[in-house]
Amino acid sequence: MSAVSVTNAVAAAPLQIVLPEWTAIAPVLILALTGLLLLTIDAIWPGRNGNTTFAIVSALGSLTALAVTVWYLVSGTGQVGGSITLFSEAIVVDGMALFFTAIFTSVAALVVVASHDYLAGHENAASYYSLLMFATLGMALMAVSNSLATVFVSLEMASLPSYALVGFLKKNRGSVESSLKYFLIGALSSAVFAFGISLVYAVTGSLLLSEVAAGFDDGVAGFAGVAGIGVLMIAGGFAYKTASVPFHFWAPEAYEGAPAPISAFLSSASKAAGFVVAFRVFSTSFMPLLDATPAIDWALAFAVLAVVTMVLGNFAAATQENVKRMLAYSSIGHAGYALIGLAALTAGGPHNGDVMGAAMAHLLIYGFMNTGAFLFIAMVEYWGVGRTFEDYAGLSTKAPFASLAMAVFMFSLAGLPVFGGFFSKYALFASAVSAGFWWLAAVGAITSALSLYYYSRVVKALWIEQPNGNLDVIDSKPTGLYAAVIFAAVATVLLLPGFPIALETAEAAASALFA
Amino acid sequence: MIIEALIAFTFAAALFTFAVPNKYAGKTAFALSLVPIAGSLYMWSAFESGGNALTGGEIAFETVIPWLEIAGIQVQWFVGVDGISLPLVVLTTFLATLSIVSAWTPIDDRQSQFYGLMLFMEANLLGVFTALDFFLWFIFWEAVLVPMYFLIGVWGGPRRKYAAIKFFVYTNIASLAMFIGFMALVFGLGPSTFGLPEITQALANDQLGAWFGLAPETLKLIAFLALFVGFAVKVPVVPVHTWLPDAHVEAPTPVSIMLAGVLLKMGTYALLRFNFTMLPDQASLLAIPIAIVAVVSVIYGAMLALAQTDLKRIVAYSSVSSMGYVILGLIAFTEFGVGGATFQMVAHGLISGLMFMSVGVIYNATHTRIVSDMSGMADRMPVAVGILVAGAFAYMGLPLMAGFAGEFFIFAGSFDSTLLPYAPIFTALAMFGIVIVAGYLLLAMQRTLFGPFRLETDYEITPAPMHEIAPMAVLLLAIIALGVAPEVFLEMIFDAVGPILDNGGGL
Repeated sequence: MSAVSVTNAVAAAPLQIVLPEWTAIAPVLILALTGLLLLTIDAIWPGRNGNTTFAIVSALGSLTALAVTVWYLVSGTGQVGGSITLFSEAIVVDGMALFFTAIFTSVAALVVVASHDYLAGHENAASYYSLLMFATLGMALMAVSNSLATVFVSLEMASLPSYALVGFLKKNRGSVESSLKYFLIGALSSAVFAFGISLVYAVTGSLLLSEVAAGFDDGVAGFAGVAGIGVLMIAGGFAYKTASVPFHFWAPEAYEGAPAPISAFLSSASKAAGFVVAFRVFSTSFMPLLDATPAIDWALAFAVLAVVTMVLGNFAAATQENVKRMLAYSSIGHAGYALIGLAALTAGGPHNGDVMGAAMAHLLIYGFMNTGAFLFIAMVEYWGVGRTFEDYAGLSTKAPFASLAMAVFMFSLAGLPVFGGFFSKYALFASAVSAGFWWLAAVGAITSALSLYYYSRVVKALWIEQPNGNLDVIDSKPTGLYAAVIFAAVATVLLLPGFPIALETAEAAASALFA
Repeated sequence: MIIEALIAFTFAAALFTFAVPNKYAGKTAFALSLVPIAGSLYMWSAFESGGNALTGGEIAFETVIPWLEIAGIQVQWFVGVDGISLPLVVLTTFLATLSIVSAWTPIDDRQSQFYGLMLFMEANLLGVFTALDFFLWFIFWEAVLVPMYFLIGVWGGPRRKYAAIKFFVYTNIASLAMFIGFMALVFGLGPSTFGLPEITQALANDQLGAWFGLAPETLKLIAFLALFVGFAVKVPVVPVHTWLPDAHVEAPTPVSIMLAGVLLKMGTYALLRFNFTMLPDQASLLAIPIAIVAVVSVIYGAMLALAQTDLKRIVAYSSVSSMGYVILGLIAFTEFGVGGATFQMVAHGLISGLMFMSVGVIYNATHTRIVSDMSGMADRMPVAVGILVAGAFAYMGLPLMAGFAGEFFIFAGSFDSTLLPYAPIFTALAMFGIVIVAGYLLLAMQRTLFGPFRLETDYEITPAPMHEIAPMAVLLLAIIALGVAPEVFLEMIFDAVGPILDNGGGL
């Protein structure tokens, strides 16, 4: 239980500032305060159209949380000298929690900046931004959850605002319909998840992740069936949150109906949030089950899910005519890649940290490139150009820089060696090969070769097709959307030379869980 | 440092040009592209050859910076040149500038994006020829495809979409095969870095172990085949050449110049660096099939050229033929064969650049490339036609021009090859290709350039403007200079080629 220590590296003699231990969850608190501040402002000046104010407050809030998170990551909070646990171990702050909080807050900041244009003239801006902040708060809590109880509560905290955000366009039937679908499947999977938790509790007698692990360490003889079903149900809950097979079918509906910035938020941040709890719960609590007698081989289950998810996501994406739906299926495919981070784990395997670290690094880069791609779609929706590949024809003649950014996102998502997405996929596949799962890597490589087909269709439509006369509606340049898209593109490009930093941080954070 | 500076400057120039208004983009790109020329000329003047970069020779302008480590193997920023890559660097900077100038007339839409992409491609080409770390090289290699895809797809002819997609799909699948083949080799070898010199020397020292149950020899053979297929598409050789005529015919002239002049050389350069330097035993094992591929490319490419009616298609197919000579020179595995092949890469880059430029100049004036549409062009465009005729003779191998030197060395080398069985027969067959080249070039020229003027246009055909003639004249001078004094490149090439032959199983 070390205190938060901040080392000033500039001074020759390290300068130690010792902060109280609770400040380790400062990013979470900042997000909560931002959400409350938004509600307060709206309560004090009701009815005032404060879209700009709210956007600025939320952007500052998420950027401050990001800055604190990065500062903690750099200074080694929760990493040097072990993780920091709070509230009787219900909360843990370590490298993995901080790494994922950085993803959530970056995506939230991008989405907030982009939403400013998207929401122009809308009435309930305050509720939109506060819901967004509370959803981010829920995700940040998921990242620091160290007990199945906090996992469940924070997962619901992240989900409930998300349902409302998907249905935010109240007068749009698609938005309301997709919100309802999202909610119903969410409710079902929450029930399954809670049931799974209760079964695991029945076997181990604890909800704390470390004590669950200790309970499983003592052996599951006699309870193997109950434990196995419990673990499987919990895996199902994660499959829902990460939009993996078999609980993936809400994703295309929700992403298509939701306001596009919310689609960006859900497909990047919410997916990563699902993975952070899955990574933590399975690597901390369920590792003993892999070599218990009788063994409960959940890694094999994830391997099967990873293969099915990669294949289904990529093949379904290839058949879409609607760009947003294509991206929705592609994000299912990427969930399949990240699942390799769980599937390639072995009991006591020397490559566990590498595999999971590579999956984390992929989620970070995916956070930028996928958010950027959905925000580009938000821009197209903002102009009212249309939704299909044909409608996108010739957009580069009107918006060259945004189209260039979109080309960057598409090629990076496809894993072309020019941008960040290449290294993260390569690191993932190479570590899977070292761990002995060459067939997972092979499926991944083949499906990502296939993905170039449908990603390049977007680029072809934007750059090579002739405009078909529907682009005259483009009469304005939405500054916020442009800024967010360009920033995401710059990050995607810079993460090629900067990839070592992301990968080393992620591998260190993941290895700490297996130590 | 100079290499990083050159690449970084060219990238920055590309970004800057992208933001310049269309009206000034062409002149801006031209001015900016002079800097890489100056840089490459400085490198040339300061270069002292010291063997082959991969086999332990001295690497000029070397920089090694660790980048990241994946699965225990270090990826580095590792660049440098030797006698094989330096001529290609010089060729790249020159052709890029000349093709930018030749774009002033034909490119009349979205100029800033066009010139930005041209410079972006130049930066990546410089990276391809200087990178000495596999990963870094692969990134540049793939990054060349992206601007090419746009350059054909956006500014191309009527069937540009088909041509761009075909180019992109062909070359990407080839890259994937090559990448997987090489990675199998690397994982079997388990080197500490992806540095090409380290991998080459480890392979030469028989450090390759088994990997996933594959014996070292099998692994080497698989890697050789995967690499050969991957690079053969780029070269291209028969039967994987079909993307080339489509891409060339649809691409605008300046893009064709870069495609024929530099991009095809990426394939032969990579074949030399990877297949023939790293895996010479496998090359000698497969000598006969490779020589057959080379000779078939020479003859069949030339016959295809003979059958075309479009001037650009004629030049495009004759590139397939010329690249066949380069493969023949490489597989001969003699000093003159490999050295001549490397020299021919540069020579063919200049000559095919000149040919595409000439066809482009005629097309700018006539808006047709069909042989039977025109006649007697020499009457109206004497200077341009004069340079075109000179270029055609260079293509046919007229002595004292660069093409003669390259082809002569290749034939001399391949005739004496000890590695290639039946070498004199293969050489004789390939030499027959020259006769066909002369046949189709003379035939096409006689029909289009000479005789009474005939072309139905509703405007007057006037001589080509200065900025179209100047790059052609520069190229012609360079071709003659290299033909008269091939030793300016040959010495450093032979220096770098020698160690490959000592290293290999050939001699």
